[in-house]
Amino acid sequence: MSIIVDEHSRVVVQGITGKEGSFHAQQMMDYGTNVVAGVTPGKGGQKFNDTVPVFNTVEEAVKETGANVSVIFVPPAFAPDAIYEAADAGVETIVCITEGIPALDMLNVYNHLQHTDSRLIGPNCPGVISPGKCKVGIMPGFIHREGTVGVISRSGTLTYEAVDQITRLGMGQSTCIGIGGDPIIGTRFIDALKLFKDDDQTEAVVLIGEIGGTAEEEAAAWIKENFNKPVVAFIAGQTAPPGKRMGHAGAIITGGKGTAAEKMKALREAGITVVESPAVIGQTVKDVLGK
Amino acid sequence: MNIHEYQAKDILRKYGVAVPRGKVAFTPEEAEAAAKELGGNVFVVKAQIHAGGRGKAGGVKLAKSPEEVKEIAAKMIGSKLVTHQTGPQGKEVRRVLVEEGVDIVRELYLGIVLDRSKSQLVIMASTEGGVEIEKVAAENPDAIFKEYVAPDIGLQPFQARRIAFRLGLEGAQVKNAVKFIIGLYRAFVESDASLAEINPLVVTGSGEVLALDAKMNFDDNALYRHPDIAEMRDLHEEDPLEVEASKYHLNYIKLDGNVGCMVNGAGLAMATMDIIKLAGGMPANFLDVGGGASVETVRNGFKIILSDPNVKAILVNIFGGIVRCDRVAKGIIEAAQTVDINVPLVIRLAGTNAEEAAELLKNSGMNFEVASTLEEAARKVVSLIQ
Repeated sequence: MSIIVDEHSRVVVQGITGKEGSFHAQQMMDYGTNVVAGVTPGKGGQKFNDTVPVFNTVEEAVKETGANVSVIFVPPAFAPDAIYEAADAGVETIVCITEGIPALDMLNVYNHLQHTDSRLIGPNCPGVISPGKCKVGIMPGFIHREGTVGVISRSGTLTYEAVDQITRLGMGQSTCIGIGGDPIIGTRFIDALKLFKDDDQTEAVVLIGEIGGTAEEEAAAWIKENFNKPVVAFIAGQTAPPGKRMGHAGAIITGGKGTAAEKMKALREAGITVVESPAVIGQTVKDVLGK
Repeated sequence: MNIHEYQAKDILRKYGVAVPRGKVAFTPEEAEAAAKELGGNVFVVKAQIHAGGRGKAGGVKLAKSPEEVKEIAAKMIGSKLVTHQTGPQGKEVRRVLVEEGVDIVRELYLGIVLDRSKSQLVIMASTEGGVEIEKVAAENPDAIFKEYVAPDIGLQPFQARRIAFRLGLEGAQVKNAVKFIIGLYRAFVESDASLAEINPLVVTGSGEVLALDAKMNFDDNALYRHPDIAEMRDLHEEDPLEVEASKYHLNYIKLDGNVGCMVNGAGLAMATMDIIKLAGGMPANFLDVGGGASVETVRNGFKIILSDPNVKAILVNIFGGIVRCDRVAKGIIEAAQTVDINVPLVIRLAGTNAEEAAELLKNSGMNFEVASTLEEAARKVVSLIQ
């Protein structure tokens, strides 16, 4: 099955005529993603690369093409508006790649989306891929292979590292979700785990966390009570100092909270296989699956 | 971004939050003049550095006259203040805040932070002021009250009243506290703060509610819409190498080890630091050169890493996704020709065109150690310094 995106996803790219948007729209199409529309206000009526119709509004794009997934490549000052517009148009899944959205803007976005039927992935994330079916985001498609391992991660390139290890060991992924490195994100570990729980294709889950916040601890508690597929976890930032923001807006140890050690302890206590080294994620998945 | 206490108080004043009268001074003479302007016969001289624990470290002193203020300021300015937050090397004091003395009856705590798991702002208050809130949370959690703010309606007066009553305030104090709390919340939201902490919040003999100390941090992502706050940045408070790196738009954080690292992506950069430690080394820095890893960023990255005299070897770990590894390899070779890399260099390029990249590096005639896996890279770089 896979989760969130699949061969039925019809993707609208918000910001399709921009530098990032146009590049990745083409990359997604090359992967086989069904990109049905683009949106750039004022450029409605144009065609992207002679094939994809561009609309002025998401509403029109949805009406004309039946788009049900949106991917956002617009600058941080305009990204919240783009998310609101996609939700208003009834888009089921909104993937926001944009990095650098102010936290208080995301607070409003997050709380508004609770009153809609839209699911937000990100922001500040690589996107979602269900290998062999659909790629919505900026990850390199070729390192992925269709398979049975679900991946949920707060990181970008570290996720590619883990995926690459899994693929090289002869396994594959059901769906990989980059949930994003910001303090406020639309889809959290637990939300993704709930979907993987009901997904027949997924036999095991890799959870890649990092310092900052308590999302991993909350996931650990939820897994202990509700999730019976094997989980392999890695937490980045075991050597990170307190009080310093490690690149991602959300990766900071504050007031002694959010350390890797605490997260690893919580995950272990929930019966999850926690690896200390990022180099053995793939092998550990192989071991827990007995393959 | 962090700012000084006096800057935070300036912001708060604009929102009607009561703070003691005071003025910043960069010289002993300015401090004396500030005291004369304030008048009265009790003054407080407070060292302005970006670290807590100043009181215990001798960075907050009482004075009885403008002359004494000058004497204290003369000793403070230019001295190094060592608190439990500065590390043993301490921080140089370059400015002091001169304030009127305050008749303190009670010391309380008030703070606002973003609660990430609830996705709401939370106001925290405690009757135990002047103590670190983490300590109170650990030892006496019942002494902390929390008010969550619904984002669609914002902080409501009843919530501010509830905090005031829970803090045991009465009479005119309640009204003053409500005004204070609502003002603090507005200051937080309208300036895109990430933290506001008033510790201690004091009640005076005449029933005033004042911010005796004030700490505010701001969301770096929102500074573009607050140029006035961005201007408050004090580069002296930051590590010089981190300041230099920020000029190149590099995300660099200096650490204590001796293995320099250059990585694309924040998560992978942290993971690379972690595996260096597992291999028996210690990372000298965090450095995320971004997804693209262009010649320019790679060159600047080397410059910054090599400016740290502790660095004995460098590990470059790039996972080429959309960016092709052969292009990154060419960038590294080009950068290495213009920057004098005088320590061993281990390079691991994975992902798109990794094999071609490894060939390029091997045939470059330069002294690169090439690794194919993360583990091999970490082992190699650590063995080179042992």
